[in-house]
Amino acid sequence: MAEELIKTTVSSEEQQIIANSTEIIPIMSDLLLPPELRYADIIKQRQNEDGSELSILNLGPTHPATHGIFQNILLMDGERIVEGEGTVGYIHRAFEKIAENRPFYQITPLTDRMNYCSSPINNMGWWMTLEKALNIEVPKRVQYLRVIIMELARIADHIICNSVLGVDTGALTGFLYVFQFREKIYEIYEEICGARLTTNMGRIGGFEREWSPAAFRKINEFLEEFPPVWEQFEKLLTRNRIFMDRTINVGPISAERAMSYGFTGPNLRATGVDYDIRVMQPYSSYEDFEFNVPVGKSGDTYDRFCVRNAEVWESISIIKQALAKMPEGPYHADVPDYYLPPKEDVYTTMEALIYHFKIVMGEIPVPVTEVYHPVEGGNGELGFYLITDGSRTPYRLHFRRPCFIYYQAFNEMVKGQMLSDAIATLSSLNVIAGELDA
Amino acid sequence: MALETSDIQNKLVDNFELIVRDFSQQHDIFSFEVDSTSILEVMQFLRDDKTLRFNFLTDVCGIHYPDAEADRQFAVVYHMHNWVDNVRIRIKCFLNGENPEIDSVTSLFLGANWQERETYDFFGIIFKGHPQLKRILNMDEMVSFPMRKEFPLEDGGRTDKDDRFFGRTTDNC
Repeated sequence: MAEELIKTTVSSEEQQIIANSTEIIPIMSDLLLPPELRYADIIKQRQNEDGSELSILNLGPTHPATHGIFQNILLMDGERIVEGEGTVGYIHRAFEKIAENRPFYQITPLTDRMNYCSSPINNMGWWMTLEKALNIEVPKRVQYLRVIIMELARIADHIICNSVLGVDTGALTGFLYVFQFREKIYEIYEEICGARLTTNMGRIGGFEREWSPAAFRKINEFLEEFPPVWEQFEKLLTRNRIFMDRTINVGPISAERAMSYGFTGPNLRATGVDYDIRVMQPYSSYEDFEFNVPVGKSGDTYDRFCVRNAEVWESISIIKQALAKMPEGPYHADVPDYYLPPKEDVYTTMEALIYHFKIVMGEIPVPVTEVYHPVEGGNGELGFYLITDGSRTPYRLHFRRPCFIYYQAFNEMVKGQMLSDAIATLSSLNVIAGELDA
Repeated sequence: MALETSDIQNKLVDNFELIVRDFSQQHDIFSFEVDSTSILEVMQFLRDDKTLRFNFLTDVCGIHYPDAEADRQFAVVYHMHNWVDNVRIRIKCFLNGENPEIDSVTSLFLGANWQERETYDFFGIIFKGHPQLKRILNMDEMVSFPMRKEFPLEDGGRTDKDDRFFGRTTDNC
């Protein structure tokens, strides 16, 4: 593992500059200092007290084991973490600011780039938020199609998280084996919307086109081929002595702490709280499907792994139910004010031409309103808080990003643990840099 | 739904009188305004009361209203969620434009820590009593607060995006 030790000699001028720069902030606190300066003091103090030699380790921002751009400055006692502070924002792209200057349909590509491991969930969440704001009722068929694509995205998300946890604990085989099925899911995306990673899928009121027979064929193939593979993957790790030793009691968090920290999704459910938005506030007809909410017990890395494994099975079952119950109907709502007319009509009929022009120019009727819409994303409650002022762009759009909120507990969770456990914890939390920084 | 919005409203008005006001139902969320000086007490009451039980702070974010009067230039919006009765509420606190300050709620919800730092980072709203109020997503050397409306996203001199050409006034109304 590539590690880099920072030399921490701080001149008195530097300390003076830092003292001056923090003067404008009303509450002076040690925590406002850069962590390396704070830790340098602790090292000195501890050395005087008991002669121990602590060191500072800079983990990240670009490190192969962190799967994203996170920096953590850790105070280490040998290989044990005494304290740590994370720095985030390395891929901050000001999505909320950009969103205030873009018409609604140009905001979907921004949502893609948040949790890019399950972008269709972000896309669908955004369309549902807009539909709530614009009072659009979508047909049952669209809701079922959305459920299918969101559950596929959840499977893709969990495939990555769990198999990479295997890699971080030393088992590359499982990762390579299940990763081909993420590829198959991407082929399904491709069949539906043409894109693979950043999908920009759907429109206000439905999908951009009817799903092709090839898409359904690929989904059915996936549902046939994937379960035995996932079963083998589970067998490879779940009762594997090495894997269990590496993950049980690693990075645990109690249910109370997790709730206070704002945990949601699989990470919260691993602590034993069965909070799932699909059940609490069913959107897109989730109430029509039978599924369990798997929960863990101790909130450690192993429980998070098991909860995600179990969720994949639930997702497969939801997709099967949705395919079996798929209603007939159109693939988009009948809302000519918001949904682009077919291109042939734009060339031949006046009405379609007008709607086309108005929608492309962003001249759609928008009520003045405020909406908050949560969806169950790959790793928790993904919320969109939209304030409209009647113009073509949002007045304010805030993304409640689950990663950003629960990642702040990371340094508390790994305190007192080994460095290699911190890596396993980070990967089991499934922190996606794009969502963290937005 | 066991907990009716009228119960929430009555309980709050009984305990806080005019500190909480402007109750309204916006889509599926019950919202109201709270005096920015009392947010900590109100939120603690909402969390600890035996019937209200708003145990989860979903979200904290800021809004800038440059056209509003001086005392309502900024808003901090809190979304809370009662998981037992499955009720969500939205709390708004309006702040002064010159000196936007509000109490930090990190003592009630640990998760508020980074969300308040984010709000400070983007709007310059000071959260009093926050343990580590420094920038989080932007770099430390930054001097402006980029989510404020006066901070331009792109070159203001562009004419190809002039709204007047599309039958709208400059403020998009």
